Amino acid sequence: MQNADVQAARDGSLVYFSTKSGNTHRFIQKLGLNAQRLPLNREEPTLRVEQPYLLVTPTYGGGYAEGAVPKQVIRFLNDEHNRRLIRGVIAAGNTNFGEAYGLAGRIIAKKCQVPLLYRFELFGTDDDVAKVRKGVEEFWKRQAQSLAT
Amino acid sequence: MTMMQRLSRVDAINWNRLQDDKDLEVWNRLTSNFWLPEKVPLSNDIQSWNTLTQQEKQLTIRVFTGLTLLDTIQSSVGAPVLMDDARTPHEEAVYTNIAFMESVHARSYSSIFSTLCNTRDVDDAFRWSEENPTLQMKSELILKRYRADDPLMRKVASVFLESFLFYSGFYLPMYWSSHAKLTNTADLIRLIIRDEAVHGYYVGYKFQQALAEATPERQQEVKDYAYELLLELYDNEVRYTESLYDEVGLTEDVKKFLHYNANKALMNLGFEPLFPSSVTDVDPTIMAALSPSADENHDFFSGSGSSYVIGKAVATEDDDWAF
Repeated sequence: MQNADVQAARDGSLVYFSTKSGNTHRFIQKLGLNAQRLPLNREEPTLRVEQPYLLVTPTYGGGYAEGAVPKQVIRFLNDEHNRRLIRGVIAAGNTNFGEAYGLAGRIIAKKCQVPLLYRFELFGTDDDVAKVRKGVEEFWKRQAQSLAT
Repeated sequence: MTMMQRLSRVDAINWNRLQDDKDLEVWNRLTSNFWLPEKVPLSNDIQSWNTLTQQEKQLTIRVFTGLTLLDTIQSSVGAPVLMDDARTPHEEAVYTNIAFMESVHARSYSSIFSTLCNTRDVDDAFRWSEENPTLQMKSELILKRYRADDPLMRKVASVFLESFLFYSGFYLPMYWSSHAKLTNTADLIRLIIRDEAVHGYYVGYKFQQALAEATPERQQEVKDYAYELLLELYDNEVRYTESLYDEVGLTEDVKKFLHYNANKALMNLGFEPLFPSSVTDVDPTIMAALSPSADENHDFFSGSGSSYVIGKAVATEDDDWAF
């Protein structure tokens, strides 16, 4: 596990989901970090990850906990192997949804006992991109250090 | 100009055969969000209303009258013209929902008026709305695009109305709410704000689909028109904001809220935000009134990160995810 985290630190490993509207995909492209996309089609077999990762997901729905996490993300995390390797979550959303802004991130953080690292709206501003890029790099560095000591 | 493949005939709509599953996703979202003003206990705000000065009351009624005009435009002109441009019967059906909900929004302001205000003040505000040059100008700028034969620019105009033009008005109930005033009215406005987000997102998505099919030259042209329209609306919006908020000293913060939402409107269209973060730093109490969890520190990256604990696996199944 330790080596895997060190490797992940080197790779800046991300897993993400994005619908057809492509907002989260666009955010990931702007980040320019290594990222694997979860299949959009629900019938397709979900991804199986090899190393620790941070999850980036949009929030669905109009403000209720029910349905906030996209089904494809749930299916991915229902695989015990995948869930064991999640280290943190980043959520997209819209403050117009009030209390439910980035709700998917909060639900996953609680469920998987990992920190909600950041929230952004739509495909994120340049500031969001810069903060997340730097934050993700530092996160993996700290992660590798804390495992080395 | 791009040829839009409009629906040439009416066929029975089959929701089990979708050309674009986004239509069903948004339909479900909108219908599960359905609400009516009667569900909000507006009369609980009567006491609070009476604590406002005459000037504050007039400002609030004017702001809501301005919002009523925009909702009326959307339900009677905006959504119907988008319906004409629809590519799938399901898209058309989504616009019928949007048209009706915009009528509900417009109707809600009258519910607020009849609950809180006296008739003469409201009649005065409606007269004001018919004569106010900046309010009339924003209506004209939008209606002109709705009436021109350019389906892409119609969608641009619609997204700017839904995701940008409403916000000079939405600011005020969020401001009152952050001062523990008119809190039930603010709850109603939040329902409207939630709906407008879905409308802006969906019309923006349909815009991006259609734009992707255009030639690169046409794409550039539409993009230029869109930024041009935004700036034209923005200049007018600044004047409208000044005419309303100068006397209560809120203009500068309302402008930040305008910048913040203009960026989101552009993003709904797939375009890059225009205003830098130095001018979008809306007062945190307004952001908290809009999104109560927004003031919680979810920017883990800026913190020390010392609170991080390595996760324990928790067994999860679909049922656990409140689906």
